[in-house]
Amino acid sequence: MATLKELATTQAEKFVGGHTSCAGCGYPNIFRLTLAAIKDPVVVVGATGCCEVNTSIFPYTSWKAPFLHNAFENSAATCSGVEAAYYSMVKSGKLAANNTRFIAFGGDGGTYDIGLQSLSGALERGHDMLYICYDNGAYMNTGIQRSGATPRYANTTTAPVGKVVPGKMQKKKDLAKIMVGHNVPYVAQTIAGNWKDLTNKVEKATAIRGPKFIVVLAACPLGWQTKTQDTVRLTQLAVESCFWPLYEVENGKYKLNDNPEAKGKKIPVADWLKMQGRFKHLFKPGGEKLLAEIQAEVDKDWNDLKALCEFHSKQE
Amino acid sequence: MTTMLDEKKYTANLPASELPEGGVWTEAGSSLMRKTGDWKVEQPVWDKAKCISCFTCWAYCPDSCMQIENGRMAGIDLEHCKGCGICANVCPPKVSAIKMEKAR
Repeated sequence: MATLKELATTQAEKFVGGHTSCAGCGYPNIFRLTLAAIKDPVVVVGATGCCEVNTSIFPYTSWKAPFLHNAFENSAATCSGVEAAYYSMVKSGKLAANNTRFIAFGGDGGTYDIGLQSLSGALERGHDMLYICYDNGAYMNTGIQRSGATPRYANTTTAPVGKVVPGKMQKKKDLAKIMVGHNVPYVAQTIAGNWKDLTNKVEKATAIRGPKFIVVLAACPLGWQTKTQDTVRLTQLAVESCFWPLYEVENGKYKLNDNPEAKGKKIPVADWLKMQGRFKHLFKPGGEKLLAEIQAEVDKDWNDLKALCEFHSKQE
Repeated sequence: MTTMLDEKKYTANLPASELPEGGVWTEAGSSLMRKTGDWKVEQPVWDKAKCISCFTCWAYCPDSCMQIENGRMAGIDLEHCKGCGICANVCPPKVSAIKMEKAR
């Protein structure tokens, strides 16, 4: 697994600055680290979202790798088509095989909600591609509308906090588990604020032939209402609070990559929530009950995941 | 390092009659022409003497502004830096080679 110096110096960056993401945006470093971790030629497909509208406004592009954008709902289908065309051309001798890797990037809107069926289809057909979802928990690009990835009780413009309703009432989807259900060789969950875990998982995924999926938590200063300099720390705290555990699932076997509880570093989820303006109503009088509800939910999911990982580690 | 761009050749500077068909980009990485550096309120100031070239700031800069030369940190590309302060925040506390100052 590459060191940070190797990542930084081995190859020229394939994703450059000058894009129009907000200051302190959480997703561009996912692209940078992913592309730095892959030494082979890559083809990138982007779903509609911040990724596409910031990095590819004609006539400017931030990509130095071949980049293709189609529509909101079909980045996985487009990527699988490119992959199928490549292997077909290699087979018929029109193209020399050069170990090209195919990556699709999508936001949580384009993955959890709109692109779910095309992603499900691409994984089921078994294309040799890596889908990376950067999850910032709402449709940030169009003005912070709720998505399937928005956590419970977060304030968004389409699930606003009022006198009766405390933000989004539903629980966040567990996308990684949905993807595990496709019986693909590799599924992982990571954060943008841990370069080592992120690049290790990308390296591991690119070494595997077949469909791979990684979901990455990325902070959004605009939608989360946080300070721009806290972007990295926020995703790290999400891991420490066990809201977003780092784990990977290889051939159906769950493995925890970081256990903050065992290290004695587990923090109450409120410590993470209070840094974010979208949860500020939970810290006003009457919010204690809602906070306790979130904590109970996080603890339950964490204990379930721990039990699952323990069960699989004993099988070997 | 930010490479010098031959700006006359860029699609953005072509007259409409010479634009490529189908909305294809003719140059990779042309967004470097967009100087997002003028957005910033605060700017990072890098202290070469204190820096240990751990590259943590490189890993987390959203705007690819950390410049590297011969395997060492060489400076910050202020033309594209939006002044978010992530680099100063992730710089190891014992090193603290990057400080945020009011942008000039």
